[in-house]
Amino acid sequence: MMAQLTEGVSRRALLLLATLLAALLIAPLVVNDYLLTALILVLYFAYIGQAWNIMMGFAGQLSLGHSLYVGLGAYTAAALFIHFGIGPWLGFLVAIPVTAACGAFLGFLAFRFGVAGVYFAILTIAFAEFARIGFDHFAWVGGSAGFFLPVKQYAHNDLWLLRGAPAMFYYVMLAATALAFIACRLLLHSRIGYFWQAIREDERAARATGIDTFRYKMYAVIISAVMTSFAGVFHAFYYNNLFPEQIFHISRSIEFILAPIIGGIGSLFGPLLGAFLLETLAEGLREVLALLGVDVPGLRQLFFGVCLLLVVMLLPDGVWPWLARRLRIKESKR
Amino acid sequence: MSLLRPPERGRSMASRDRAVPAEIYLNVAVSGILTGLVYGLMALGLSVIFGVVRVVNFAHGELMTIAMYIAVVLFSAFKLDPLIMLVPIAMVLFALGYALQAGVINAFITRPEHTQFLLLIALAIIIVNTLLIIFGPDAHSVQTSYAFDSFQVGKLIIDATKLYAAAAALVAATALFAFFRFTDTGTAIRACADNYAGALTVGLDVNRLYALTFGLGAACVGAAGTVLVLIIDVTPQVGPVYTLLAFVIVITGGLGSMPGSLLGGVLIGVTEAMAGLIFTPSAKSMFAFAILVLVLLFRPQGILGRKIS
Amino acid sequence: MTPLLAVDAVSKRFRGLVAVDRVSFSVPQGVICAVIGPNGAGKTTLFNMIAGEFKPDGGTITFGGERIDGHTPDEVCRRGIGRTFQIVRPFPGLSVEDNVVTGALLRRSEVRAARLHAHDVLHRLDLFDKRTLPASALTLPDRKRLEVARALATDPKLLLLDEVIAGLRPTETDRIVAALRDLNRETGLTILLIEHVMRAVMALAQHIVVLHHGAAIAVGAPEVVVRERAVIDSYLGGEAVA
Repeated sequence: MMAQLTEGVSRRALLLLATLLAALLIAPLVVNDYLLTALILVLYFAYIGQAWNIMMGFAGQLSLGHSLYVGLGAYTAAALFIHFGIGPWLGFLVAIPVTAACGAFLGFLAFRFGVAGVYFAILTIAFAEFARIGFDHFAWVGGSAGFFLPVKQYAHNDLWLLRGAPAMFYYVMLAATALAFIACRLLLHSRIGYFWQAIREDERAARATGIDTFRYKMYAVIISAVMTSFAGVFHAFYYNNLFPEQIFHISRSIEFILAPIIGGIGSLFGPLLGAFLLETLAEGLREVLALLGVDVPGLRQLFFGVCLLLVVMLLPDGVWPWLARRLRIKESKR
Repeated sequence: MSLLRPPERGRSMASRDRAVPAEIYLNVAVSGILTGLVYGLMALGLSVIFGVVRVVNFAHGELMTIAMYIAVVLFSAFKLDPLIMLVPIAMVLFALGYALQAGVINAFITRPEHTQFLLLIALAIIIVNTLLIIFGPDAHSVQTSYAFDSFQVGKLIIDATKLYAAAAALVAATALFAFFRFTDTGTAIRACADNYAGALTVGLDVNRLYALTFGLGAACVGAAGTVLVLIIDVTPQVGPVYTLLAFVIVITGGLGSMPGSLLGGVLIGVTEAMAGLIFTPSAKSMFAFAILVLVLLFRPQGILGRKIS
Repeated sequence: MTPLLAVDAVSKRFRGLVAVDRVSFSVPQGVICAVIGPNGAGKTTLFNMIAGEFKPDGGTITFGGERIDGHTPDEVCRRGIGRTFQIVRPFPGLSVEDNVVTGALLRRSEVRAARLHAHDVLHRLDLFDKRTLPASALTLPDRKRLEVARALATDPKLLLLDEVIAGLRPTETDRIVAALRDLNRETGLTILLIEHVMRAVMALAQHIVVLHHGAAIAVGAPEVVVRERAVIDSYLGGEAVA
């Protein structure tokens, strides 16, 4: 298993990965709480970025409505917890078929009817917006007033109920991100990964090569959706409050795609690098602004917009391919 | 950060009473038609851009927001009525659109689709947040002297502002039709849209025509925005909402069809108004999206669009 | 013995233009058959119907005894028909090897096994040395060979080649003709090809179908067909055939 995982990976890359993992493992012991919170966010976006990357980077289907799956995961787990006392892990088990069904529905509508490219992207936006407005009126989960998880001071960490110190959340997210990374690597190098890439490169040629493009696109959407829903479950139990206006908002969907795009769509390291870069730059920006005593709403978003613009114009494949070339690490598959 | 539709001024929503008098429905429908014509003008700009340059302008609503703020500033500083400022503001937006296309977007025509979207999404984010920084998140509005006037035609009560806005939109749209139909440049642009390679062969300066088209699309949206400030309040967040709406309208009415955009606009305007009356105001968008999904599935070329192979 | 492919009175109309007009012919197993005819004769449309890209307006297409008209392209490929495109469509971002592995994965679930098979195919088409290059970096002749390799990797019983020789220099033409002849001789692969280059057609084809204005005007052995008046008039014109 280990051999299969590391097949074709250069020693440099493995070394880099190992160092990174070690650093991330000891982080909570060395950094302060504020930085820990920032790191949690990095991992959160890195995780979602990887899930989104499966749909876009591997299979070439642009989704601008991934907030839908985060929201569904969050609300499912939260509702089960608040109304029935069911813990988040079981909640996630329930969220899986819910989000899978949703993704399948969207995928079916789109792919059966030949909705592709920009139209597909707009369809994904429409679904997320539907959810946003719909949940605003969904009283059983709080509606627009919000849905709140009970927070008490815990003396110890409760992993089963996901109640506890930031460090616990950090390790949960780290584990999720690491597992996602492994899953993506396995998928990419397997039969399904080849078929996805063929579809991404040239769907017509893929069909002529015997690939059932409808089925494989559906797989991409469903897997991506289910993976993303875990982030939603995490979100619910970490922040303890949910508002449809926020969690389903199109701004969230755009935020999710920033990291993988800046890092590099289609690569394995891309989403991770992108998340780190963005958060680091954002923190740096915050420090600079704090130093200057400037507090302007919108500056942070403007900054992200400019980053995105620069990357799209200058490094369209993302930062990772450029960095990999510099470090002379060859990712065995793009 | 709220994405709820900005409240309309001058007309209150009907109560959820069972026995709503017929006049209310009629008034709301007419109100929807008028607002819809303005939406149509906005969507027209998008249709023109997509139909010719084939670029998906994700920053469409944001460009409109720029125009709206210009109108607001000119009104509050110099008491200049937006209806009068229609042409100048449209010209400013034309220049902006032209520059955007020629300077930034043109290089992306040959790039993969998703790269184009991302470029425009980036521009949209930049515009929204720059406006947020300059003007802040609070709503701004334009209250002209005739803001609360209305005309009465039988049982029908029509808002003066909406009527003027719709009239201006119709005039602008007609001017655009005429341009495309009767001028050489307009014909050249239509040629580009129909057959890119052919246009090049005949010696048309396609890049210049593209920039011109983007400028025209931006001018449309500038004109639409200028009159829209008479009807709604403007905040920086209004941009993305209208970008989405423009897409729904263009897709519903039909890509490549100018009358289709106006028709789509009216359809959406009426649907929204009626949905707001019959259900709740916040459900308005849901109906627009429901229509979008239905169109995408069953008639992707839209109501008046031509089937693209 | 039933032919591998039987095309029976197949027609296709595009908005008033008759592209293919009740064409019938059959291809026995193990034979190399060429479809020739002037530009616009309907050859690629015919191919596209066999490959499942569109449904014929009339007639039937039978493969291995079963109807395939109206099936989707991927179903047709799974049945055993591999095809190349007239304007080559490689997977540009993938390596040469990965392009062929994708084809090999049709009938193999393990990437390792698929890669072994891909290597075999690459050797046969003389692309093994270039296997790590991205497909986008290949020259046109190499891309054409890659297209054939990818189709071949799907283990087809019938290979549809759409103008695979056009644009190649004589030496390259000879190489690919030799590779195809060897393939046919060694594995019994049935080949149906559209071709303009008469040199290749005469060297390869055991059977020829001539199309003109969508209709089949001659079907038979090469020596016979190229001497038919109708064929000479419509297509070969003054070109002398020895």
